[in-house]
Amino acid sequence: MITVLLFAHLQDEIGQRELKLAITEVTVKDLKQTLTESYHLSQMETTMVAVNEEYALDHDVIRAGDVVALIPPVSGG
Amino acid sequence: MKEKLFEITSEPIKVDQLIKKVESRNAGAMTTFIGTVREWTKGKRTLYLEYQAYIPMAEKMLKTIGDEIQRKWPDTKIAITHRIGRLDISDIAVCIAVSSPHRKAAYEANEYAIERIKQIVPIWKKEHWENGETWIGDQLENVAYPTGKPKMEGDNE
Repeated sequence: MITVLLFAHLQDEIGQRELKLAITEVTVKDLKQTLTESYHLSQMETTMVAVNEEYALDHDVIRAGDVVALIPPVSGG
Repeated sequence: MKEKLFEITSEPIKVDQLIKKVESRNAGAMTTFIGTVREWTKGKRTLYLEYQAYIPMAEKMLKTIGDEIQRKWPDTKIAITHRIGRLDISDIAVCIAVSSPHRKAAYEANEYAIERIKQIVPIWKKEHWENGETWIGDQLENVAYPTGKPKMEGDNE
């Protein structure tokens, strides 16, 4: 099981703050692809991914128990 | 109460508290940057903003910025607080305080911090207008809105 945290417009689009996915192992790239298709998420090409509170790259592997966050372009300040 | 140098809060920011955090007998200069909620952006009137953060990671990234500043300007002390939740016009969204033996480093480090916040810290703002709302998605503010205009209620998207 992996947890996916959602923020900003992605949270609005799905209508939930987090998803629990029954996945044991997946690359960042494949997870983004899957989520984009399953939930029709917008602007995923500019969305970054953090795994356990660290920015991750496309080829990084996410494993069961990890907390993933989808990070759209940030706009703090 | 344990003092946090890098903090996300839903409470109003008290600038004097940030200044206190970076006080030092070695300091000859202190700079504060105060980011406030602007009413007019490119001809559009904002009613209020709503900030959201991935709090634990945002605090971690603020700390990362602090570490970067320590390496670039070794004698500085820095504290950053960013507020989340609903903010009205003129409310303080972010405050950065830097102290340093000399003023140049205090100015430079402070500017560096706000630029980095806009690049790496997972905080998002949603602008609410009289006739619509949208999450602002461009951290460098080159484009005010992703679609080139605010999303209006009734727009088909």
